[in-house]
Amino acid sequence: MGNHDVQLSGPVGEKHQTTCYMCACRCGINVYLRPDANGDKKVRYIEGNRDHPINKGVLCAKGSAGIMQHYSPARLKAPMKRVGPRGSGAFKEISWEEALQTAVDWLEPLKADPKRLAFFTGRDQSQSLTSWWAQQFGTPNYAAHGGFCSVNMAAAGIYTIGGAFWEFGSPDWDRTKLFLMFGVAEDHDSNPLKIGIGKLKNSGGRFVSVNPVRTGYSAVADNWLGIKPGTDGLLILSLIHELFRTRKIDIDYLVRYSNAPFLVIDAPGTAQHGLFARDKNGVELVWDSKTKKAVPHTKKGIVPNLTQEVKLARGVKAKPVLRLMADMYSDAAYSPESIAPQTGIDADTIRGLAAEIARVAFEEEITIEQPWTDMKGERHERFIGRPVSMHAMRGISAHSNGFQTCRALHVLQVLIGSVDCPGGFRYKPPYPKPFTAHPKPHAYRPDGAENGPLAGPHLGYPHGPQDLQLDKNGEPLRIDKAYSWDAPMSAHGLMHMVIANAHAGDPFKIDTLFMYMANMAWNSSMNTRGTIEMLTDKDESGDYKIPRIIYSDAYDSEMVSYADLILPDTTYLERHDCISLLDRPISEPEAMCDAIRWPVVEPERDVRGFQSVILDLGARLGLPGMVNEDGSAKYADYADYMVNHQRKPGIGPLAGWRGEKGDKAGRGEPNPDQLKRYKENGSFSITHLPDEALFFKHANSAYQDFAVSMGFFDAPQPVTFQLYSEVLQKFRLAAQGYGEAQPPERLRQRMEECFGPLPHWYAPFEGSELGEQVDSDFPYHALTQRPMAMYHSWGSQNAWLRQIHTKNPLYVPRSICDEKGLQEGDWAWVSSYHGKIKVQIAPMDAVNDHTMWTWNAIGKRRGAWTLDKDAPEATKGFLLNHLINELLPPKGDDHRWANSDPITGQAAWYDLRVNIEKADAGGDVSEPVIDAQKKSQATPDQLRYGLGWTQ
Amino acid sequence: MTQLPTTTDKKLGLVIDLDTCVGCHACVISCKEWNTAGYGTALSDQDPYGAEPSGSFLNRIHTFEIVPDGGEVIGSAGEARVVHFPKSCLHCEDAPCVTVCPTGASYKRAADGIVLVDEDMCIGCGLCAWSCAYGAREMDLAEGVMKKCTLCVDRIYNEDLEEIDRVPSCVRTCPAGARHYGDLGDPSSDVSVLVRERGGFDLMPEQGNKPVNKYLPPRERSALGSAASVPAVQEDTSDATGLLAWIDRALSGGSAKGAS
Repeated sequence: MGNHDVQLSGPVGEKHQTTCYMCACRCGINVYLRPDANGDKKVRYIEGNRDHPINKGVLCAKGSAGIMQHYSPARLKAPMKRVGPRGSGAFKEISWEEALQTAVDWLEPLKADPKRLAFFTGRDQSQSLTSWWAQQFGTPNYAAHGGFCSVNMAAAGIYTIGGAFWEFGSPDWDRTKLFLMFGVAEDHDSNPLKIGIGKLKNSGGRFVSVNPVRTGYSAVADNWLGIKPGTDGLLILSLIHELFRTRKIDIDYLVRYSNAPFLVIDAPGTAQHGLFARDKNGVELVWDSKTKKAVPHTKKGIVPNLTQEVKLARGVKAKPVLRLMADMYSDAAYSPESIAPQTGIDADTIRGLAAEIARVAFEEEITIEQPWTDMKGERHERFIGRPVSMHAMRGISAHSNGFQTCRALHVLQVLIGSVDCPGGFRYKPPYPKPFTAHPKPHAYRPDGAENGPLAGPHLGYPHGPQDLQLDKNGEPLRIDKAYSWDAPMSAHGLMHMVIANAHAGDPFKIDTLFMYMANMAWNSSMNTRGTIEMLTDKDESGDYKIPRIIYSDAYDSEMVSYADLILPDTTYLERHDCISLLDRPISEPEAMCDAIRWPVVEPERDVRGFQSVILDLGARLGLPGMVNEDGSAKYADYADYMVNHQRKPGIGPLAGWRGEKGDKAGRGEPNPDQLKRYKENGSFSITHLPDEALFFKHANSAYQDFAVSMGFFDAPQPVTFQLYSEVLQKFRLAAQGYGEAQPPERLRQRMEECFGPLPHWYAPFEGSELGEQVDSDFPYHALTQRPMAMYHSWGSQNAWLRQIHTKNPLYVPRSICDEKGLQEGDWAWVSSYHGKIKVQIAPMDAVNDHTMWTWNAIGKRRGAWTLDKDAPEATKGFLLNHLINELLPPKGDDHRWANSDPITGQAAWYDLRVNIEKADAGGDVSEPVIDAQKKSQATPDQLRYGLGWTQ
Repeated sequence: MTQLPTTTDKKLGLVIDLDTCVGCHACVISCKEWNTAGYGTALSDQDPYGAEPSGSFLNRIHTFEIVPDGGEVIGSAGEARVVHFPKSCLHCEDAPCVTVCPTGASYKRAADGIVLVDEDMCIGCGLCAWSCAYGAREMDLAEGVMKKCTLCVDRIYNEDLEEIDRVPSCVRTCPAGARHYGDLGDPSSDVSVLVRERGGFDLMPEQGNKPVNKYLPPRERSALGSAASVPAVQEDTSDATGLLAWIDRALSGGSAKGAS
């Protein structure tokens, strides 16, 4: 051994704290800057912020790879206008003045007929601004990407329990003893889920994963149920059947917090059938066992009957909700034996899982000795917990039966009394919030005006057919047909239908498509090649059928080349942003939280944050709220808006350090020092709940007071869990021919079959529409999973992340490989009724034996993202999207039926049915081959990042 | 040939929990970003945006599938599972990569047992990588020197870092808490206790390298299908009648919390 000098100490660099944007998780990060050889500050290191409520110091691969994203050669450099045909990637750089003037020239004339603009914003984290902008412009055509992501989960949650998973709530990781995860979206709540699974492992809890594919989190699950795609609803209903059969439901909880005792009118063949019996004030009635009378459910001191059919005034018969549930779910059709063949899960396992849920919920009860008072004024000495928690996202959501499945899952949680209790699922403020406290949808203007701002926000929660957004002929008011009979409860819109509908002129044509951060020409659309054709298709006069496309993105994604005008965005380290309670909050169950981003480095390119750009555009267009009385711009930029915009007096985008002295949370006057205070606190604010408000928030008087004081709502909004959805029943009644507003004939049968007021299961549409031959022609399922080290298509431009996933094989169950003679590395043709792709396969055992899968969004167009044309992402990577149509198989009625959930319009990606055959030898390139786009920037042959700082 | 120390004062190393690792690659990238600008030359990437991207990484995750025959703690017979296996230098006590080094560049520190490469002395011959049973060393193609895990020697003793942050970058960042760092030579250290309690094991002990790093095996699992735990119900359950009577009884009893 010689002497080896090692320099052990040295500062990392200047530390700045902001918020990550490498996925949707929104962790707190410490970004260290250090001067390079030229003295320019560069990013030395990114780590998690230990004080941050979301990630508590940890950071995922994407977050740590932020350096390579920030310096990606695919970053756009300046505004551009298209000079070649769409798709070629031929652009000319222009000034911001020219770019903004061009946009104004295109948009100004549309103010007279605002629906000729469609503004959709993808993976936008500033939806409270972008939606407000669209509302002020007056276009009804606005949404973000929720419709093709997980709206079924979100909407079913809001309609059922006034909250949902991820941003709305989470398992009580510190106390839960049994955790069930259905499907997964590994970039949603990604670090909190990993932290939570780690905690559960250490506390000895059981982790059960229900997923056709055993990767990622499922790999460490104690029990893996490799379910057949689209049958999760059946499994959940069978668990409910078992809980009913073994008498393992929390009656006390149901009486207190759910509509289990509500009386449902039993009058088949009338417009009242299936609606709640109500008093003259509209309050739902229950049957009081003591007085033998129907009384408002809000009355104190009653003992509601849950089982008996009763007679109301004028001889009207009614049954309590729980009676209807008992009758329905006790049926042998839901028994484990009955559903085992369809789900692929054996009956013993289903029974065992139900028994384990019951055992943990009722025999491992948790109590926290903290007195609290409920909304009826009753004082409780303690919080009682049923430590069973659940999580689900896109896996159960992205099916045409997803809404009912997601509702079934929440109903299961309610039946065992595990919503917002210790060890169960917990809401994150500002949730819970009953659907009745959310806005309704707005695609119209006050007093029938033809232009000007809409009467309210676009996206909301309809209470029934009267809230649909239809013109006087019953046709959709929105380009995506959201809130029409095609998708009545489409709380996040249908972004996946915008290009297809605009191209078809169905329900109308548009002039300008304006999009932000949505790779619709590639991985974010079903039917990718078809979408490209629609974007480039011309009419008889040689003009593009979608006349103008404005697109904003930070990077040279596939979508960029199909746009006419490019507004280049900054990277996440160069921008202001607010992660707002008005939008998609980052609260924790015990605290209200929000956060900011701020430019820790200044862009050296001619780019601007999109949010500042649309405020500028809004001012140039004179949109109300964005200009002062003298016509000047109201906000200098997004930072100015974040501090000074008020949605209503005292309520703004940021909840922390409000008031002139910065001493108020939630409500308060704008504080000019607000952003400074955020930065001093690590770029987030946190306001803790009082101890007595920590659980049972849906019925907790201290929590409701806290919520009102913070401005979540102006009066308490307790939630009654909607086991039975009267909203669904109202739509079903309309389908049966009752009421003023009724669906067109073609939709009646489907609505009647799918809009059951109690959760039920029906077969996913693609399979059932293909009829009997589906089992012979397309016997298998195919779907995608999220790689944890990638966020959609973003990661492939990242020199470090792309070395983890450079291409994506199709993982095929070994039994299918054996049958088809397929071996590792073979090429195969995979076909659906819609298309055919050629891919490289890898055999796998840990997967449902009818299901093949691949990683999401690895495949790239040649030349996109400044990757070389022969990059494996383009030559061996592939998209499953080519096999998935945005429409269902034609029914011969000339109507375009969206491949979506009939209730919410959720894109039914995971309904896909396929077949597979070995390909002939040769031509080892994935197909279809889409021609290359021009690589916009030369890239280095070698990287030695950080060399100048090494020792 | 380079000598190994006969003993080391400490045995600093990692304990990696295979029951908890979800294969997210957080450790892989955090390692890369810290070490590309830390000890020794940068961790270069070749053809970073091209057809054959590759680079030097000091820590990688290998993912593979197993189908147990049964009787193993990892799962039921025939139930396939995926294992995420993070791998970096295990800082062996009998490190052949050190003794094989012709220049003395590879060495094991007597104070803490960390195996390092003195890049000024490294001639890039690659013998050490060849001798490593675990494939834990990677040649940096730009500089032509051997790179390996330093256990973040420039973090763990770094007086410019807060004390809580003086741990390897991979440990600090691991979201699932699957990575633990400490002195495995001290039987009372947290990591030693963890290894004892969880049955931590050596990777490929038959190689005789005496690795310092340990792996924790998956915990024991129990199947859901054990019908014994399903509650027995005496009355007829063929339809809802018995259930309705039970609900009525539960209500008249004042409360019912799932107890039959």
